Amino acid sequence: MSGTESITEARPGPSAQRHSSHVRLNVEQASYAYSARKQAAPLFTLEATTFQAGEREFVAILGPNASGKSTLLRLIAGAIAPLSGRIELDGFETYHLDARTRAQRIALVQQESPLIFPILAGDFVLQGRHPHGRSLWFEKDEDFAIAEKALAQVGAEHLRDRWMHEISGGEKQRVVLARALAQQPLVLLLDEPTLHLDIRAQIDLLCRLRHLADEHRYTVIEVTHDLGLAAEFADQIVLLHRGKCLRVGTPAAVYQRELLEQVFEVPLGIEAGPAGRPRVIVQGRREEM
Amino acid sequence: MPVKRLTLRRVLWSCALLATVLLGIVALALRLGAVPFSFGDLGQNLWWFVSGQSEKVSTDFRLIMVDIRLPRILLGIVVGAALSVAGAGFQALLRNPLADPYVLGVSSGAALGAILALLAAPAVPLITPAAAFLGAAATIAAVYFLGRRQGQLDSSTLLLAGIVTASFLTAMIMFLMTSLASRDLRGISFWLMGDLSASLPRGLLWILITGFFAAAGAILTTASDLNVLLAGEREAMHLGVNVTRVKLVVYISASVLTGLAVSVSGAIGYVGLLVPHVMRMLFGSDYRLLIPTSALGGAIAIVLADTLARTLIAPTQLPVGAMTAMAGAPVFIYLLRRRLA
Repeated sequence: MSGTESITEARPGPSAQRHSSHVRLNVEQASYAYSARKQAAPLFTLEATTFQAGEREFVAILGPNASGKSTLLRLIAGAIAPLSGRIELDGFETYHLDARTRAQRIALVQQESPLIFPILAGDFVLQGRHPHGRSLWFEKDEDFAIAEKALAQVGAEHLRDRWMHEISGGEKQRVVLARALAQQPLVLLLDEPTLHLDIRAQIDLLCRLRHLADEHRYTVIEVTHDLGLAAEFADQIVLLHRGKCLRVGTPAAVYQRELLEQVFEVPLGIEAGPAGRPRVIVQGRREEM
Repeated sequence: MPVKRLTLRRVLWSCALLATVLLGIVALALRLGAVPFSFGDLGQNLWWFVSGQSEKVSTDFRLIMVDIRLPRILLGIVVGAALSVAGAGFQALLRNPLADPYVLGVSSGAALGAILALLAAPAVPLITPAAAFLGAAATIAAVYFLGRRQGQLDSSTLLLAGIVTASFLTAMIMFLMTSLASRDLRGISFWLMGDLSASLPRGLLWILITGFFAAAGAILTTASDLNVLLAGEREAMHLGVNVTRVKLVVYISASVLTGLAVSVSGAIGYVGLLVPHVMRMLFGSDYRLLIPTSALGGAIAIVLADTLARTLIAPTQLPVGAMTAMAGAPVFIYLLRRRLA
C-alpha cells in the first residue's frame, strides 16, 4: 500500500526494464475487421499491429475512443480470430487454444458486467479456479489456498465474506483482479481497469499491477485512456489511432508532443520526468477554434 | 472458513434432508383421499405387498393404493423434478432469475406440440413426448431471439416476449381443441393448467424416469460451468467455459425435461420458478447443489400441491396447476418487484 512517491523513486527507468528474458507474447501483423454482415463493407478495421511483450513487462494500449484498443485486447485474449497475422503466447496462437488451456494462461479483467445472483467476494475469487477443475468438481484445499493468496496479493482479504454488490467500486475492481490472479495466468489483460475509480484507487491498482509484474513475473497489458498514468507505470506503450498502430515503444519514445496532439486532438505539454518517464500536461483549449 | 465450502458431503446431506421430507409428504399423500387409510393400515399393507405376501393385501388397498394413488404420486415426483430442473436450467441459460418454462411459454409450446402429434399420428409410440420436446425447443429458441435487443439479452424484453408467446400458443391450443373437440383428447384444462389424474401405462412411467435422469444428469455435468456462466458469457469464456457447448447441453436438456413433463401432465405452471428460488434461499445459488435440491424440492412441491388439489374441496378435484399458480404467481410478483427496487 505504498504511495506513488516511493514507488516512482524505487523503480528503475523503463529502459532498464526492457530486459532479458524471452518474448512471451508475440503480436505479429495482427489485424481485424468488424462488419455488420458478411460481404458488407467493414464498419471498423484494426490494421496490422505488431509488438512483443516478455515476462515482468507492463504494456499500456493507448488511444482515443474507437481507436481499436478493445479489439486489440480481445485479439490477444483469443476471443476473436485475427483477420491476418498471428498472436502467439509462448509459440501457441491464442485463438486456437481451447478455452480451458487459454484461461489457465491468460486472465482478462473486463469492464463490469452485472451480477444477477448475489455472490460473496470469496466465492467470486474461487471462480478463478474454474479452468483448473473438471466439470462437476469440488474445489480442493489447494484451490482455497490459491484464492486466499490472490485476495492477499490485492490486499482484499477483509472482503472475503462481503457481498459483491455491497462493496465499493475500487474494492470490487481489486476482487475482480484477485479472481484473475487465482487463474494463475502468465498474462494479465485489463480493459480500462481504472475507469470509475477515484485517483487514489487508480494509483493503488496500478501500483499493485506494477508490483505483480516486477515480483511475480506477470506480463501485464492494460487498455487505458490515461496518458499520465500510462507514462508513469508502463514499460511499453502501444499507441492506436483510428484502427492504425502508430507507434510502439517506451513512454519516452512514444510521447512526442506533435504525435500525441494529432492523435488526441488536444494541445498537450510533455516534459521529462524522473527516471526518463515523460510527464503529460493537459492544457485545454484556450483559443477555441 | 466463513465462506461456506461446498463439498460432496454437503450436497449429499442436503439431498438426504429433502428426501426425508419427500417421504413424509408421500406418506401423507398416500393416506389422504376419498377413502382414508390409517398409517397403521398403510404400513401393514405396504409391508405385505413388498414382502411378497400380496395375497393378504385387501382389494380396496390394491385398487386405491397400487393402481391409483401410488402411480399418481410417482408421476408427480418425476414431473415436479423435471420442471424444477428445467426452470433452474433456463434461469442459467437466459441469465434471468424469473425464467420458468410456464412463464416463458415453453410449456405451452410443448403442449401444442403434443396436441398436434396426437391429432396427426396418435398411433406412433412415444410421439407425444417427442413432439412436446420439439415444441418446447422451438418456443425457447423463439423467445430467446425475440427477447434480444442489439444482440444483448434484455431481461424485461425477454419476459414480455415469453408472456406474449405463451398467450399466442394458448390461443392456438384453444383453437385446435375447440374446433376438433370430437376427437379423443383430454380436455383444454389438462393442457393449459396441468393435471396429474391421467393414468399412464407403466412402461411410459419408466421411460419418463429414464429420460428425466438422462436430461437432468446432463445439466448436472455442466453445473460448475453454469455458476460461472451466470457472471456473463464473455466472462465465462475467459474462465475456460466452452460457452457454446454448455448452452447447447442446457438448452436441449431443459427442453427435453419440459417436453417430458408436459406430455404427461399438461402445462403445470410456476414450479420451475418457485422451487429453484426457494432452494437458493435455503441452500445457496451454487448449481452443483441447486440442481439436485431443485429436483427433490420440485417433487415435494408437486406431490404436496396435488394432494391439496384433490382433497381441499373433495370429492371435486382441482387441477394441480391451479394450486401451483396460486402459490407461484405471488412469488413471481415479489421477485419482479424486488428486482425493480
